[in-house]
Amino acid sequence: MIEIKNLSKTFTLKGQNIDAVRDVSLTIQDGDVYGVIGYSGAGKSTLVRCINLLETPDSGSLRVNDSDLITFENGKLLYGASRTPMKEKQLNAMRRSIGMIFQHFNLLDRSTVFDNVAYPLKYSGMNRKEIKDRVHEMLQLVDLTDKRDAYPSQLSGGQKQRVAIARALANHPKILLSDEATSALDPDATESILALLRHLNEKLGLTIIAITHEMAVIKSICRHVAVMEDGRVVEEGNVYDVFAHPKQDITKHFVASASALNRVDKLLHDDSPLVQVQPGELLVKLLFSRDSVGDSVISQISRDFNVSINIVLASVEVLEGSPLGGMIAIFKGTEENMHGALDWMKAHHVEVEVLRRG
Amino acid sequence: MAELLKQWIPNVVAYKTRFFQSLTQTMQMTLRSGAIAFVIGLALGVLLTVWKKGGIRPNAILYRILNIIVNLFRSIPFVILLIFLIPFTRMIAGTAIGVKGALVPLVFGCVPFYTRQVEAALASVNPGKIEAARSMGSSTLGIIFRVYLHEAVPDLVRATTITAISLIGLTTMAGAVGAGGIGSFAINYGQNQNHQDIVNVCVVILLIFVSLLQFLGNLISHRTTNRGLFAKGDQK
Repeated sequence: MIEIKNLSKTFTLKGQNIDAVRDVSLTIQDGDVYGVIGYSGAGKSTLVRCINLLETPDSGSLRVNDSDLITFENGKLLYGASRTPMKEKQLNAMRRSIGMIFQHFNLLDRSTVFDNVAYPLKYSGMNRKEIKDRVHEMLQLVDLTDKRDAYPSQLSGGQKQRVAIARALANHPKILLSDEATSALDPDATESILALLRHLNEKLGLTIIAITHEMAVIKSICRHVAVMEDGRVVEEGNVYDVFAHPKQDITKHFVASASALNRVDKLLHDDSPLVQVQPGELLVKLLFSRDSVGDSVISQISRDFNVSINIVLASVEVLEGSPLGGMIAIFKGTEENMHGALDWMKAHHVEVEVLRRG
Repeated sequence: MAELLKQWIPNVVAYKTRFFQSLTQTMQMTLRSGAIAFVIGLALGVLLTVWKKGGIRPNAILYRILNIIVNLFRSIPFVILLIFLIPFTRMIAGTAIGVKGALVPLVFGCVPFYTRQVEAALASVNPGKIEAARSMGSSTLGIIFRVYLHEAVPDLVRATTITAISLIGLTTMAGAVGAGGIGSFAINYGQNQNHQDIVNVCVVILLIFVSLLQFLGNLISHRTTNRGLFAKGDQK
């Protein structure tokens, strides 16, 4: 478990204070895949670097893997209840218990795949044979055994990230921090790396904390998500709930960015013929979640309320195994029937928004 | 052959013992002071990199002190440095003349230059690699040896080549404190006695020295860059 309490970090750049992380508290359970999403500069990277103490927070506290509490005060790391300053050795030992992967892989270019994966194992008390076996085990895990003697320059982006994952996990950490690990990859490689992370989470029970600015990553692997803006966590919780019922504008933005329904804004803006409504028609946006009945709603209202429905756009996705989606449609019928239909839908947990009236 | 040489470079042949002696002196000065300067310059370059703001062990005070000292010695012309250091050289080497006396000023003249070159080579190591090493719990020494020095080898080879070439230039001036070498041979036996053939031969010899060094440096730096590209033929 990772417990972050009231964590703050301020950078001073050219005499200006930049509050990268402001009073963030989070709890991440063992075996979770926890996403942190936000635009660049939101402080998500700094927050995650505080977990393995690559950054020293100014204030707050941190507990990782049931170890003793680490308290931060004025740039000092105080360990345990006795609050003794942390030594470099302790710090390095703690970092070894947390793996980390990066957007640009950060492999050693002059070392082979084998030597890259062996990096964290050398000088750690393991003998040659043990290191060799462990590297082999790791390369098997990421399916790269045939590349052990290759150099990073001979690998594709996805393969490089696999090497980086093998290296990050070589010490058998329970936690993996992923800093935009798929942002520099093409869609196929992204998909394969996400699948690998999912697999590692399921097979090894690895806790993964993934920073990203892409909704697709959150949707694909995360169970919990924190939305960051301006150094603060503005929304947090189960991925489905956060994205089915976004409260903050920024969350709505991220949800919209990943949804095909978003295109209606452009259609409205361009005054496209698709969204033209005649007198007696309504352009509506319907959002379904797992509590709504889904497609049967449409057939039911067209039958029961005698309203004809013309679907302009529709999009359904599956988050954590539950459908989440919506549609943009033009309703045609008597005023009374249309309102009856809308009210009926609201009663059945469909979110209804009238975009245009004819 | 001997006849031909006598005809073309009569004075070099006449002073051939001196000529070979001065060649040996130049070699000795370059190799000995180069070896010492290599170790010291590498160490100082690493220290500057480590102490720098944003380095792995930032220390503003030590960085500034070292930085100023390096700049100070870089700004003194070598001929002045030679005579300025005479008392110090005597203290350390026991003498201020001859090859032995030239070593101290040569090291002082060469180290600041090399330190800067090393610093630049290490600065070219992608900070992401340093961060990855830190995230894996690598110690300061681990990061210096296993990331900085390891990844910067091709750049360090280039820096060492440039420094070695400029060191040969410095040794020719060491003649001023009686260290001998090609430089003083060219002045004393060539220019001062009006033997143009001696000067010409010295130029050619230095040209060969420098070209050989540059060739060797390029070769090593090439070989150490991205070894994978040379290891297998399956890459374009």
